[in-house]
Amino acid sequence: MKKHILDLTVRSVERVHERYVLIKLTQHDALPPMNPGQFVEVRVDGSSSTFLRRPISIHFVDYQNNELWLLVACVGDGTRRLAELQAGDTLNCVLPLGNGFSPLATVLPESNCPSEEHHSPLLVGGGVGVAPLLYLGKVLKEQGAEPTFLLGARSAKDLLMLSEFEKYGRVLVTTEDGSMGEKGFVTNHSVLQQESFDLIQVCGPTPMMKAVARFAHEKGITCEVSLENLMACGLGACLCCVEKMKASGESSKDGASHSGNDNPLTTNVCVCKEGPVFNINRLLWQS
Amino acid sequence: MAKLDVNIGALQLKNPVMTASGTFGYGLEFQDFVELSEIGGIIVKGTTLKPREGNDYPRMAETPQGMLNCVGLQNKGVDYFCEHIYPQLLPTGGNYIVNVSGSSPEDYAECAARVDALEHIQAIELNISCPNVKDGGMAFGVTCAGASSVVKAVRQAYHKTLIVKLSPNVTDITEIARAVEAEGADSVSLINTLMGMAVDIEKRRKTLSIGTGGLSGPCVKPVALRMVHQVAKSVKIPVIGLGGISSAKDAIEFLMCGATAIEIGTANFLDPAITIKVRDGINDWLDNHGVADIHEIIGAIQ
Repeated sequence: MKKHILDLTVRSVERVHERYVLIKLTQHDALPPMNPGQFVEVRVDGSSSTFLRRPISIHFVDYQNNELWLLVACVGDGTRRLAELQAGDTLNCVLPLGNGFSPLATVLPESNCPSEEHHSPLLVGGGVGVAPLLYLGKVLKEQGAEPTFLLGARSAKDLLMLSEFEKYGRVLVTTEDGSMGEKGFVTNHSVLQQESFDLIQVCGPTPMMKAVARFAHEKGITCEVSLENLMACGLGACLCCVEKMKASGESSKDGASHSGNDNPLTTNVCVCKEGPVFNINRLLWQS
Repeated sequence: MAKLDVNIGALQLKNPVMTASGTFGYGLEFQDFVELSEIGGIIVKGTTLKPREGNDYPRMAETPQGMLNCVGLQNKGVDYFCEHIYPQLLPTGGNYIVNVSGSSPEDYAECAARVDALEHIQAIELNISCPNVKDGGMAFGVTCAGASSVVKAVRQAYHKTLIVKLSPNVTDITEIARAVEAEGADSVSLINTLMGMAVDIEKRRKTLSIGTGGLSGPCVKPVALRMVHQVAKSVKIPVIGLGGISSAKDAIEFLMCGATAIEIGTANFLDPAITIKVRDGINDWLDNHGVADIHEIIGAIQ
């Protein structure tokens, strides 16, 4: 998928939470193709303490209105600066980067699904990790699946964009304080015991992703998670964002993001280039 | 259109803009943004005789106007490069140079010898200045005796253009430059990263997995410029300047301080198309100032 450096125009910046903003971007030409789970490296201007671009996952692509949506958590100076953007401002973006969530057909061969039934993927998100799941849900729905979103947060006020998620599937919620949905963590939700899913795709805090991955592993359900390692280039050149993985999953052709064989059982893989989405079978989480 | 071509020993560059090792992958990662054959030279990721795993994550820390890294020469080894990567580079038309590293003079020489056999690679850059590996790397680059021993061994094994990349983590960089020149280096490139450190006060620990890392980016430019100026006056072989170059203006500063060519490193992360912009910017500056040949400004500042 061809990558681009684009000066996108800010159409709107909406504060959807005390810590999160929704930035809608557009340009004169049609936006290039992008996949769910891919990300954008955004240049932050006007923040003296922000040197590198910031990797932000693609929240949604509205091709009808030619809009790219980014859901940004304001965690540091750079992201706070992004929250201060105004309509009409320009944001320099390198996109689309990385490999996103797998298309349904590649993770779930048709033979696994009786023709009269639909695939039922479960999309699990927590915190700002819900961001890539909206576009993923839309694409899965277009592919004929019936996605279920399971979104976790500390409290009802921390759940973001619920009405948008409802457009593409059923939305289930857990909150730690019980103020909305079921009380507890996403892995405590009753739906996991009551229904069966043939695919689980996850984005959120690492402890949450590990807990969901453990559940999926035990149940033998195909599971993909989106990692968020600290990165610099976003292109697989600097080798800063590596995650140690099982060597057997090796697939890179140019060797740029693979390590040597000091330990033949593991290899350092660039999250930015080969990920950020990985099948849990490649990770060392279960061992 | 000014005349931009320069020579580094027998190595011909169509313009003085090169990419710094470890910041441009194998060039392939940047093909969507720049035409690789238009870059003066592409120096690929540090390559060693045996594959290397590199250091543990976290390997990077952002700093004011720069970054620290401790990647630690992760690569699949020279044989993998020759068999699997080199064939992919040929169709790009890029002018490739291999950055070679090792843990003993014999290691370096053997690795260099294998690259010597590659018909379309006209030069190597010897990394005697990596601050992120325990065994070798910078250990050779901080003493004249260490630097000489590596260059001497490699010079016997490698017959094309030999560039030696110098460490700034020394008392007098000109001594090292003269030492490698005496052993037959065709050029020196400088500076590699400055050794630095970052801490996380909330966790009360070092940010990087190995504690220290190499500092790069615009914050190191004044140091690099000073060292390039010093070295250019101390040796007769051509000097390649690098350290924080992010614009044509930065590049011209290095050229005027005596660099025959320049490398762009960390700036590739901020703008993947920066190499061609710098080349075009140098050309525009020369045209606007009525300079017909880039050699007129190389070393203009005494």
